[in-house]
Amino acid sequence: MTMRLPASLRLSPRWAPYVFVSPFLVLFAVFGVFPLLFSLHLAFQSWEPTSGLGSMEFVGLENFAFALEDEWFWKSLKNTAWLALVSGVPQHLVAIPLAVFIHTSFKRLRDGVMAAYFLPYITSTVAIAIMFSSLFSTDYGLINAALSATLGMEHIDWLGHPDTLKPAVAFIVFWRYIGFNVVLYLAALQTIPKDLYEAATMDGAGRWQQFWCITLPSLRPMIFFGVTLSVIGGLQLFEEPFILTGGKGGIDQSAMTSAVYLYRMAFDFNDFGGASAMSWLLFLVVVVLTWLTNRAFRPRDEQRSGQEAS
Amino acid sequence: MTGETTSRPVRGPGPKRRQVLVGLTASMGLGGPLQAAPRTTLTVAAYPLIDEIVKAALPRWQARHPDVDVRVVSRQYADHHTAMTTALSTSVYLPDVMALEASYVGRFSQGAGLEDLSQAPYRVDQLASRFVPYAFEQTLNRRQERVAVPTDIGPGTLLYRHDLLAQAGLTPEDLTPTWEAYVAAGRRIKAATGAYLVGNAQSVKDIVIRSGLKPGEGLYFDKDSRVLVNSPRFARAFELARQVRRDKLDAKVNAWSNEWAEGFRRGTIATDLTGAWMVGQMATWVAPTTKGLWRAAQLPENTFVGYGGTFYAIPRRATAAHKPLAWEFIQLLTLEADLQLAAFKSQDAFPALMATHQDPFFEQPVSFLGGQSARVLWRDAAKRITATQVHKQSNFADEVVGTELDNVMDRGKDISRALADAQRLLERRARR
Repeated sequence: MTMRLPASLRLSPRWAPYVFVSPFLVLFAVFGVFPLLFSLHLAFQSWEPTSGLGSMEFVGLENFAFALEDEWFWKSLKNTAWLALVSGVPQHLVAIPLAVFIHTSFKRLRDGVMAAYFLPYITSTVAIAIMFSSLFSTDYGLINAALSATLGMEHIDWLGHPDTLKPAVAFIVFWRYIGFNVVLYLAALQTIPKDLYEAATMDGAGRWQQFWCITLPSLRPMIFFGVTLSVIGGLQLFEEPFILTGGKGGIDQSAMTSAVYLYRMAFDFNDFGGASAMSWLLFLVVVVLTWLTNRAFRPRDEQRSGQEAS
Repeated sequence: MTGETTSRPVRGPGPKRRQVLVGLTASMGLGGPLQAAPRTTLTVAAYPLIDEIVKAALPRWQARHPDVDVRVVSRQYADHHTAMTTALSTSVYLPDVMALEASYVGRFSQGAGLEDLSQAPYRVDQLASRFVPYAFEQTLNRRQERVAVPTDIGPGTLLYRHDLLAQAGLTPEDLTPTWEAYVAAGRRIKAATGAYLVGNAQSVKDIVIRSGLKPGEGLYFDKDSRVLVNSPRFARAFELARQVRRDKLDAKVNAWSNEWAEGFRRGTIATDLTGAWMVGQMATWVAPTTKGLWRAAQLPENTFVGYGGTFYAIPRRATAAHKPLAWEFIQLLTLEADLQLAAFKSQDAFPALMATHQDPFFEQPVSFLGGQSARVLWRDAAKRITATQVHKQSNFADEVVGTELDNVMDRGKDISRALADAQRLLERRARR
């Protein structure tokens, strides 16, 4: 039995598609476009937030000039770059061989192993931070206990010293995202035709040669994708250092990334205009670096035609 | 992590439903002479413990205003202040009364979001003599507006483990004449008992930079936004803190961390520079088993500093019709001696209302402090604290100065260079 709606309530085919996509568009407009435009507007204003929206005052490029001359902004950019490199590069250097290893060595267990590596990625950041704060704890932490038991090292104040805080944060980021990259590369490995390897074996190529000449070049598009995500994610790194340092960025701000700093500019130091300007400067950095990644990894024409000819 | 609980007043089926019913019957033409005027609901936003104090005052309020309900919106401390910032900036969901912690009074008073209570109909200045002077002074902003009313204060105090002192052969008088004497006593405590003098050397710096301030003098900036950091006051604070760190007299723990609480529990930290309210925290959860071992004294070198406190304010853009009621409610909370005393007894909220200070409760022994009549000490301290002018960049300055001290203590940075660096950084911000 079907119930027919009165004609006035029925969706005309002309509008139906728009109505069906509208939930996304409305949400995107409210939570995506509006904050974006608002922060662009704020970047040119001086604003004491507790005075209300009416108290904004146009100051032109002053916020940008301030940001560019601000020592702490540069410090935070350096921290970000350091953390992005130290946590990002090993992610790929380890994830590719690891994916190949899982791909070739595990048959039935593969999905289980993959899931194990992927687990940190979907675990709540708060849980991760709590776990690592206790692991890194100076007097009661497992890491120090292990180091002193095996190497006889003195206890290290991991999270309380600028020289050790940064590597600790980088390690957590590495640990958290490696599984994601492994999944990416495993997916790409499955698309490489088996006959390529068979032909290579026939020609007498060893495993190393096969990896170097077949696997890596075939992974190139996925490497491009993975590195792009790492660049963007690394430059916007916020959650791990934020929670691990109690929202402050740690001793000597050594784990204060740009994202943490601009959050603090707005909500701790009450400078929404400066924070917005910095967020747009950070956006420019992300754009430039993404473009450079693109330049470095995009498929080159000669190479592609060469592959087709062979 | 964020928790928001809304607690309804303890009466009837709740104001909203009743309002709806009244509205419905009225619109249907059934509103007879029995229907009362629509109920008003005052919204009060507060954070833990203050929400309890507000709720405890509700029965009296209901007796006076049976037609005005009070809704207490309670959030965790940080969430509360973030929510208030957002509410003020957008003028949406503004409460009729907001509780504010001392540092946020300074911060919010920079803007124009809070009602000037010196104007009619409030005229709060007439009540000036009824509050602890420094707390009332702190409610004045640069434009000479009164943005809040104090309800409780946190007189600074030195808590010490009298058993550890005795073991080291020291008397309380050895601790307090000067800051140098305090550090010297710390060395003897460490040698005799192994206990640290303080949780963190930063807390020594935090008080020394606040000592000897004249009324109205700024902490980091003067009233014309000149930076005051590169000065003997800061140099001395840095030197003392460095001495504490060098002699390994601080446990290098951050306040409120697990290691910090553990230090008090196990008696590995011998003293604490803190607010009087800390005794309540110690007794209830930080180190209840150390009951009777602690004593209180004035801070070294006759330093009188306020450690936090609570204020009530009315948002400028709150519902205009509610403002007279909001003001009356604030007066109830801040001016009625028995309510203030009840809050002191139940929540350790040291009253800002002078009229309470003569109550016999102040003379009573504090059992956690081994029966010492410590409240008399704090009452005396409260009168001698001077208000400091809060600058817009105070939070940032706190951070910069703390960082430079870390550099001095952990990386051997020269004090004069550290202060010059801090000065330069703050000068760039001072007028933003």
